[in-house]
Amino acid sequence: MTAGALQTLAFRCAELTAIVLFILGLVFLSSPATARLGNRLAAVGMIIALIAFLSLTQGVGWWAIAIGMVVGGMVGLISALRVKMTAMPQMVALFNGAGGAAALYISTIEYYSGQAPYPSLLIVSLVLSAIIGALSAGGSLIAFLKLQEVMSGRPITYKGQQIVNGVVALGIVALAIWTISTHGDVPAAAIDALLVGAFVLGVLFVLPIGGADMPVVISLLNSFTGVAVAITGFELGHELLIVAGTLVGASGTLLTILMGRAMNRPLTNVLFGAFGAAAGSETTAATGGPQNIRSASVDDVAVLLAYARNVMVVPGYGMAVAQAQHSVKALADQLEARGVSVKYAIHPVAGRMPGHMNVLLAEANVPYPALLDMDDVNPEFPTTDVALVIGANDVTNPAARNVRSSPIYGMPILDVDKAHNVIVLKRSMRSGFAGIENPLYELPNCSMLFGDAKASVDALTAAVKAQ
Amino acid sequence: MIDGSTLYFFVTVFVLTIFLGFSVISKVPTTLHTPLMSATNAIHGVVLAGAIVVTAGIFGEDQPSWWMTMFAILAVALGTINVVGGFAVTERMLQMFRKRGGPTR
Repeated sequence: MTAGALQTLAFRCAELTAIVLFILGLVFLSSPATARLGNRLAAVGMIIALIAFLSLTQGVGWWAIAIGMVVGGMVGLISALRVKMTAMPQMVALFNGAGGAAALYISTIEYYSGQAPYPSLLIVSLVLSAIIGALSAGGSLIAFLKLQEVMSGRPITYKGQQIVNGVVALGIVALAIWTISTHGDVPAAAIDALLVGAFVLGVLFVLPIGGADMPVVISLLNSFTGVAVAITGFELGHELLIVAGTLVGASGTLLTILMGRAMNRPLTNVLFGAFGAAAGSETTAATGGPQNIRSASVDDVAVLLAYARNVMVVPGYGMAVAQAQHSVKALADQLEARGVSVKYAIHPVAGRMPGHMNVLLAEANVPYPALLDMDDVNPEFPTTDVALVIGANDVTNPAARNVRSSPIYGMPILDVDKAHNVIVLKRSMRSGFAGIENPLYELPNCSMLFGDAKASVDALTAAVKAQ
Repeated sequence: MIDGSTLYFFVTVFVLTIFLGFSVISKVPTTLHTPLMSATNAIHGVVLAGAIVVTAGIFGEDQPSWWMTMFAILAVALGTINVVGGFAVTERMLQMFRKRGGPTR
């Protein structure tokens, strides 16, 4: 065997090892007990892959690669160590965008360092990975700005929005067909318009999507980035990128489907519906606002909790906003010390990304077996003494079950209204994100405790202690 | 350049991975969906390998233009952010998942 063949063999082995470790990493993510091992296996796979690819370069362009890796490594490490758990959705949005932008830059370089006519496979994969990468980068940027509340989380709509988006999309398709059919023999301006247009389309398509739909959008952008990376693998001829990108694409797609199912809404409705804007006005006008709301004092609620047999905490985005997870755990500790059983009911779309609430409660040292999924927890509500709803709204709205005209009719919800007592911690009587009235608040077994979630929970803890 | 049989091989790998991906990911419990997303962020950071190849490619020919160099450095940096940030933040999150609760901090 020649030295060259040996080198190729070593490279192939490294690539295959990395692929196996990525897959094993995801397999081990199937249980919280083995998940850390899974993450580390995947990381080892990545290190092996990067060493193999770095040795392939034989040091050419080393200083540019070094600058990129040192700067990127520092930015990545610092942000990973500093980010608050409540800000994980923004962080993941940025990571999605970073991957998409990297695929976009790679394809741009590939195009401009070559010469038309490009081979068919190269030009097709180059155009597709650039478009999908740019879409993901533009969309992720807006998702980040909305989640970080630099921009309003409300849907941004204007007249003719669908038409504008449609025209931009058609323009991109036309440019892509032109570029591919001529094997890339088009003016540079056409390529630039294609790349910028795809980025702009990403921006435009996330603008009308509201904060409560972010779990769907983040999952979808995650899958876009995965697909962009997979196609980059076709472009560069490396199966490692194809496999890794496709795994991520499958993961993002599956999460998108799960989130859509948890909202009982088809994907098209999330992306093109501008839900919050349209639905709010109708229902508010129809019911004329809520009546018969009972407001409870901290002491009333504390007595109810302290003498309950079991309490079900139902967290929502409001808990994340108020950074109340540690306070909630302190209250639960206090109750458990009195012999009250405390569990947590997690709706799949509570919060701003899949699994958002679980991570926050894990941060506050809540053991994961106490976190129950919607399907497991709903049969338990009829035997629950107190359901304590903290900053969740639409996912507890019984209208989804029985009001045919409600915009959220058919959405699976947590049946908190079936608990003996429901306490809702809420900032004010403003309706939830979707702008839909919640008839739960008018039920005879429901009382409201108004105020900031963290302040209210802290006050409850002190009052329970005094019992 | 890639010939027909290599393309056929790549497409086969791609299609099989779709099935593999769905079956593996569907076993991840909802409680781990956020770490799953950040771990997949790290895995698609493998785009860094592509960025490394492309960067070496442009330096291998003539002296690349300044904006090509910038794009290459950016692609490498963004890929590295994904890899390092993704694995680190996933590790940080997974540390917090405990079977038995501890005291509040």
